Amino acid sequence: MISSNDILETIRMIRQEHLDVRTITMGISLFDCAASDVSSACDRIYDKICKKAEKLVETGNEIEKEYGIPIIHKRISVTPISLIAAASRTTNAVPFAMALQKAADTCGVNFIGGFSALVQKGFTDGDMAVINSIPEALSLTKNVCSSVNVASTKAGINMDAVELMGRKIKELAYETRHENSIGCAKLVVFCNVPEDNPFMAGAFHGTGESDTAINVGVSGPGVVKVALESCQGNLSEVAETIKKTAFKITRMGQLVASEASKRLDVPFGIVDLSLAPTPAVGDSVAYILEEMGLEKCGTHGTTAALALLNDAVKKGGVMASSSVGGLSGAFIPVSEDAGMISAAECGALTLSKLEAMTAVCSVGLDMIAIPGDTSESTVSAIIADEMAIGMVNSKTTAVRLIPAYGKTVGDGVEFGGLLGAAPVMRVSDYSSEKFIARKGRIPAPIQSLKN
Amino acid sequence: MKAVITVIGKDAVGITAKVSTACAEFGANIVDITQKVLDDLFVMIMIAEVDSLTVKFTDFVDEMVKKGKESGLEIHVMHEDIFDAMHKI
Repeated sequence: MISSNDILETIRMIRQEHLDVRTITMGISLFDCAASDVSSACDRIYDKICKKAEKLVETGNEIEKEYGIPIIHKRISVTPISLIAAASRTTNAVPFAMALQKAADTCGVNFIGGFSALVQKGFTDGDMAVINSIPEALSLTKNVCSSVNVASTKAGINMDAVELMGRKIKELAYETRHENSIGCAKLVVFCNVPEDNPFMAGAFHGTGESDTAINVGVSGPGVVKVALESCQGNLSEVAETIKKTAFKITRMGQLVASEASKRLDVPFGIVDLSLAPTPAVGDSVAYILEEMGLEKCGTHGTTAALALLNDAVKKGGVMASSSVGGLSGAFIPVSEDAGMISAAECGALTLSKLEAMTAVCSVGLDMIAIPGDTSESTVSAIIADEMAIGMVNSKTTAVRLIPAYGKTVGDGVEFGGLLGAAPVMRVSDYSSEKFIARKGRIPAPIQSLKN
Repeated sequence: MKAVITVIGKDAVGITAKVSTACAEFGANIVDITQKVLDDLFVMIMIAEVDSLTVKFTDFVDEMVKKGKESGLEIHVMHEDIFDAMHKI
């Protein structure tokens, strides 16, 4: 028998502390859609996605209602388009993005990820087609997300790709200048990208995955924050409290994932144990860090507090799910987190502190607005730094920067909805141009002699 | 399958009667009730068997929420599995 306290706790978590399942993402392989001409490939892609994901939104809504758990997003991830576009021998991958958009509209999902390329070691023609098409593709579509993996611990950093992505990000910012350069919010540059990540904008369906899979991303920074409010003990007790809370959150995610997989008759992939904030007050990772005793997120001690949080979330979550994957950790997207926004506005949180924080948590420099006149080489250099952190520490890192066109430090950029709003952050005034112009590869790091 | 129905609101005469009448109307068989009045706040938790509902479960959820609103009560109807998953190992 369940006790009344447990029942009321669950209800409080959902109604007051913003506990939710952040996303049910259906991964769909497009390998069987490759064709020698672009238009038949696009038709096949559209047909396959619509057939497989026909009931995704409806099923998500049903589960949401029956279990009383909000499921915020229903999304689709597909095989990296570079692999499919390669068969069509085209240099323009924009029609593929249009086909994905059309499928997203038909299925009613709010994002579709997979306009992606994996180029950590080098480029194929398909990769080049996708990367060169990114600015146009993301400005012409609304719900298509793109990611490019430019580095890995095994391959090193492809600096040709880093240099290229700096340019593409700037082009995309310009193409979407009338909407605060929002296109850049849909593009992520990765190191060690996971192939089963359900979270956008970096989701795609990896090559080692089954034909279709259901991956679920849980959330709940608000719940962790409230649990910590009543924990006055030392940091071991703080870690213990976070673990217990993460366990409960993940169990809910696991239940939703297995139910969705059963109802859609699609294999269950993974649960992604992430604390994903939203701009809603109370649903913030920064507030958790502040609850631990920091006056403002970004001050000295923030990296240590985040390391504790990130590890405790994983430890609690791993036992609660039969299969864990994706990014799994705490996200620190600046524009999507009320506490981060406030810390950045008052100057407590800087780009260099964020970079340090990414060494101990999931993902990386996420949803950060920088001045619109930041040079391409500086954007590339920021990416290179972040890739180096991921490469050396054998972890996923990512960069989602928005060089907001026409904006400068002190301005704010409004994206709306869950993407939130961000203050434009200062970047270094000194140039990295010659370093980036060298291109080539940064070799993979040695995996022993660790120090 | 069992559902957990929670009712929260300002204490008044006849809340239990109202909610159980609504359950009977839709064919939900109440198997357990606990209730408390904390200060002025009425909290009731019902466990109901919902296999022989006269409407779809999702419609039952909507109807109960609607009936709650009419009487100024916050009613949630949720599948019992969610509580088992979160609180039992």
